[in-house]
Amino acid sequence: MWFLTHTWILPALMALSFVLILLFGKRLPRKGSEIGVVAVAICFALSLVTAGSWWNHINSDHSESEHAAGETLGTGSAVAAEHLEEPDPAAFDDVQDGCSRVVDEGAVGEHTEEAGHSEGSDEEHSLALTPGENASGTAPPAAGASQAEEGEGHATTKPVVRCAQWFPMGLEGSTTITVGTMVDGQSVFMLFVVSIISLLVHIYSTDYVNGDRRYTHYFAFLSLFTASMLFFVLSQSTIQMIVGWELVGVCSFALIGHWWEEKPNSDAALKAFLTNRVGDMGLLIGMTVLYFAADRSFSILDINIMAAEGEISHGLLLLASCCLIAAVMSKSGQFILHTWLPDAMAGPTPVSALIHAATMVVAGIYLVARLYPVFFEGLSIAGSSVNLLAVVGATTAMFGAFLAFVQKDVKKVLAYSTVSQLGFMVTALGVGAWTAAMFHLFTHAMFKACLFLGAGSMSHACHHSFNMVDDYGGLRKIMPRTFWTFIIATGALAGIFPLSGFWSKDEILAGTGSFVGAEGANGTYHVMLAMLVIGAFGTAAYMTRAIWYCFFGEYRGHGEPHESGPRITIPLIVLASLGAVVGFLNLPKEIGPISFPESLHTQFEQFVEPVGRYFPEISHASFNIPLALFSLAVAGLGVLLPYLYYWKGGLAPLRNLSERNALARVGKTVLVNKYYFDWLYTDVITGFVKGPLARAANWFNAHVLDAIVNGVGKGAVLTGRFVYDNIDQEVVDGAVNAAGTTASETGGVLRHLQSGRIQQYAALFFAATALLAGVFVVAAG
Amino acid sequence: MTDFLDNWGLILITFLPLVGALVMMVVPKEAEDTHKALAIVASGAALVITILLLANFDYDDAGTLQFLVDKEWIPLINSGFILGLDGISLPLVAMTALVVPLVAIYSWNHIPEPGNPKAFMALILILETGMIGSFVAQDLILFFVFFEVVLLPMYFMIGVWGGPERKYASIKFFLYTLFGSALMIVAFLSLYFLSAEQTFDMRVLTELGGLDIARTTQILIFGGMFMGFGIKVPMFPFHTWLPDAHTQAPTQGSVILAAVLLKLGTYGFVRIALPFLPEGAQWWAPIIGVLAVIGIIYGALGCLAQSDMKRLIAFSSVAHMGFVMLGIATLTDFGINAAMFGMVAHGLITGMLFFIAGSIKDRYHTLEIKRLGGLLISAPRLGWILGFSSMASLGLPGLAGFWGEFPAILSAYQPAPMLNEALFRTLMVIAALGTVLAAGYLLWLYQRTAFGTPSEEFADDPEITDVSTIEWISWAPMLVLIVVLGFLPSLIFDVTNPAATVVVAAATGS
Repeated sequence: MWFLTHTWILPALMALSFVLILLFGKRLPRKGSEIGVVAVAICFALSLVTAGSWWNHINSDHSESEHAAGETLGTGSAVAAEHLEEPDPAAFDDVQDGCSRVVDEGAVGEHTEEAGHSEGSDEEHSLALTPGENASGTAPPAAGASQAEEGEGHATTKPVVRCAQWFPMGLEGSTTITVGTMVDGQSVFMLFVVSIISLLVHIYSTDYVNGDRRYTHYFAFLSLFTASMLFFVLSQSTIQMIVGWELVGVCSFALIGHWWEEKPNSDAALKAFLTNRVGDMGLLIGMTVLYFAADRSFSILDINIMAAEGEISHGLLLLASCCLIAAVMSKSGQFILHTWLPDAMAGPTPVSALIHAATMVVAGIYLVARLYPVFFEGLSIAGSSVNLLAVVGATTAMFGAFLAFVQKDVKKVLAYSTVSQLGFMVTALGVGAWTAAMFHLFTHAMFKACLFLGAGSMSHACHHSFNMVDDYGGLRKIMPRTFWTFIIATGALAGIFPLSGFWSKDEILAGTGSFVGAEGANGTYHVMLAMLVIGAFGTAAYMTRAIWYCFFGEYRGHGEPHESGPRITIPLIVLASLGAVVGFLNLPKEIGPISFPESLHTQFEQFVEPVGRYFPEISHASFNIPLALFSLAVAGLGVLLPYLYYWKGGLAPLRNLSERNALARVGKTVLVNKYYFDWLYTDVITGFVKGPLARAANWFNAHVLDAIVNGVGKGAVLTGRFVYDNIDQEVVDGAVNAAGTTASETGGVLRHLQSGRIQQYAALFFAATALLAGVFVVAAG
Repeated sequence: MTDFLDNWGLILITFLPLVGALVMMVVPKEAEDTHKALAIVASGAALVITILLLANFDYDDAGTLQFLVDKEWIPLINSGFILGLDGISLPLVAMTALVVPLVAIYSWNHIPEPGNPKAFMALILILETGMIGSFVAQDLILFFVFFEVVLLPMYFMIGVWGGPERKYASIKFFLYTLFGSALMIVAFLSLYFLSAEQTFDMRVLTELGGLDIARTTQILIFGGMFMGFGIKVPMFPFHTWLPDAHTQAPTQGSVILAAVLLKLGTYGFVRIALPFLPEGAQWWAPIIGVLAVIGIIYGALGCLAQSDMKRLIAFSSVAHMGFVMLGIATLTDFGINAAMFGMVAHGLITGMLFFIAGSIKDRYHTLEIKRLGGLLISAPRLGWILGFSSMASLGLPGLAGFWGEFPAILSAYQPAPMLNEALFRTLMVIAALGTVLAAGYLLWLYQRTAFGTPSEEFADDPEITDVSTIEWISWAPMLVLIVVLGFLPSLIFDVTNPAATVVVAAATGS
């Protein structure tokens, strides 16, 4: 328990590391990198221990509630259903007072009711625990009953929430804004992902950026980024999420622009920050809507419980979802705000692996998953066949994959691949496959980080070039470790059995619930399935193409490439191994005739997925063998076609197609120009705001507002002169002379002032006063 | 000790700087270092006493006036010498008391042309008396006197130590503000004659809350105050004095102008206009809200068009003060708290930006953005501080600017019950767009000045050195506060919240 209540240590440690590196880094023998590495290693160890604690925590819960469920089941299924609908008050035992108003109120009800009914029967007791009026009665009893039959699902995970008051608001501080940690499966698993990738990237960087002009700053920002990301992940309130969200953004800005001497790099940094700001508008407004919708609460628990129990109107939830989707689009690189992510590759490669592939860009996914009841209810995900989230995700998954196909730069291929894979996760959330989204986030973090670091390893060997078409080739024999890890990670990304990507991608496809024999999905998202399959085909194809250019054929660069050192290859090996095997963490319950024992199947799901009042009741698609075979076939075809084209020199009709066929030419032009989004945003919109619009505002300022002011000023001076010449000459003159004398005694310079003007304003002042006093007297009278 | 502070604390912080200025009168002009030291000592003494006051302030009771001084002053018109400190005054007094000594320290080796530290430092001290006096005065006439005391020193500072266009700028500043003041004093006088009890005592006027004043009259009187305070803020379309004044003012003048002077306007709204004239406030709130949001967008667009760094920062003030006014216009506790926080945050951040602009000007002798560049190479620490301050200015969470911006946007979602919700929600969305533009102009400025490599003109200029010790001393407290307030917003909200709820209750009649 101690580790679950003290997770704040992790971000605090990394923040401390940031400060120490900034203050003392340059004086240390390894220029500060040692502080970062040690801090993040401790973080990683702590995240493992925290994960262990959480596992114990939920397992002790499970046994208790299974016991309780057994009792209830004995009294008949109707009662069981009823029991399930009642919120389990014990579920929030670990929520500290003051962190969630809803839970606090529930707890109050519990104590008073308990006192009155201490002699009551079990059934009465469980009814009495209902806190106030909640809308859970509207849930169909059948859903509860069917879950009861499955023999699990009534276990409630108990989030461990700790918080402190951040600042008070309102009468007598009626609203308290808190900051704290909300620890449950979702945050614990994310702690692990962030800290392990960060650790490996730190180790990798000690070699990769060795001798860099800003080595110390680089490590300082890695620490700050890790701290911010952990802070975000552990968020207890939505306002804390906003803070973490923006802080990771600024670290991303600083690291993309790490080599800011060159303008393209600083342009990329600005583009990333500004595009994210556009999405942040949605974040700020969405969180504001949720704050008022949840009856003035920033607590994630409050918002989730109220949304899940139907206490927030559907319209508000829909509005909040749409606003937050804008934020997701920018942060997680979804169409149409994805354009910054490929440009962000201007930063150092380990940064791309950590921030722009494995962790920061999944913040949007994490946000949706964190506030899932809002989206689940707001977008009516269950029983539907289309919604905004799914459309955004599927579009991104498909079109992102196309773009990856025309890139020359290996990092750009991987960047568009990330865009596309993030689209898979967003689609998963959009179709209700929550666990699949988290699982894919997990596997993707491993194999995509491996791919990015692999690309960095190749560039390290090939004179810092990332142009795989012109400068790589034949690296298979020269860099065997890089080659094999890259191959494994590619296999995982393409979804080749039995690597991790196969399992997670298959869960997402099954989650759309629209293939033959689909069972247990939340809706029937046919169009999304089609788009994802096309995306999956594209994924296999563009990665095979990349492998050809990097590792096969003849070396096309100059100099003598060489395999990288152990600090680079060991992280690659670790990540490739994880990328190969983590898929087994969430084996389905059964694949056709084979059923897995309980200790093997759906371990990830049990660990991560919340069950209880603060999470919607989602159902889980079961493993679908025809679908799995189909997706394997699609991936196989995606590998086969490029294989024939590049390795075997086959598919002759496709060669130089764009030079012969007008349609293909148009298609290629559109792809090379990235669907013209960059042109639209940079040249049209930004150009208009910075150019004509800003100039127009400035012109208005100078030629309209100022002209009026100057006119009034001149008029005032004339009036003043008139008054001065004709009426007040002697009186005011005397005063001015006195003032002038004082001024000349004070400081010689003051003498040169045009003190003559003052008197005119004084006169104006009194005139205006007299005039307006008249107006007011008349008006008041 | 406590007795002493109770009776003399506020008087001392108000008049110690003035005493310093008087002492300087008898010191010969040639003893330049003595003058500088005297200014630092006098403003430093005021700071020490302010800190003592902060330590003895009863934070649980921040909604009521403390360290009250109530003396007879002009019995003929029933105007008293009343000073008091509560949650609305305290953050602003503290900021003023901090910024002025820092400016004095900065002046140690940054006296602008044509020199004469004696007059320059004396003006700064007189300014401080006016500013602190305005924030602690609890009598309208006394407030007005302090409010006007501020005007002249600033006029001289711009007019004598300013840039090439200083005459035009100083006169514009003076004319504009005086025009507003004229309307303001009329408003004060009509309030005196029309309210149920003929008094200038702000405590009584708050309690009366516009009792016995017809709605139309309230609206008219509020209009007078609106002009007086609105020009000072400055609100669109009365902002045009600001870019000129800022661009021409010496660095010290710009810092004080941005950090404190603008807040006299917003403070006036919160302290005087809203609680005294609730019905007037409710009528004016939508207008203020709309003008505030126009200011946010318009100021941001103005920034994008500027080619001079200092003028750009000046325009950004128009945008930032728009957020403060939007918060005030909502008439909600969140809004007023955001406004109070926004005032302090803007004071620290924009004050800091003007300091940096001044130091860049000293080194490059120009602030033309396209001639600058590569600051991070020429003067890395200065470049970092500029980046830090820009990030703070664009409202990055974790730094002070965020807590003035986000709660203001949030409060507009649900304004006070009598206000038009649809209008304010529209304003909220437009204001949120302003945060995007803010990031745009600040980062674009940063890219053009700090990133890249220095131009040939300045590449090997020996004058371009990194941050000096004097600069570190005068900047460090502000930089530290920007971070501390960003992570511990309760330092301000704890103080302002009780007072803000009092204002909201008065302004909405609840």
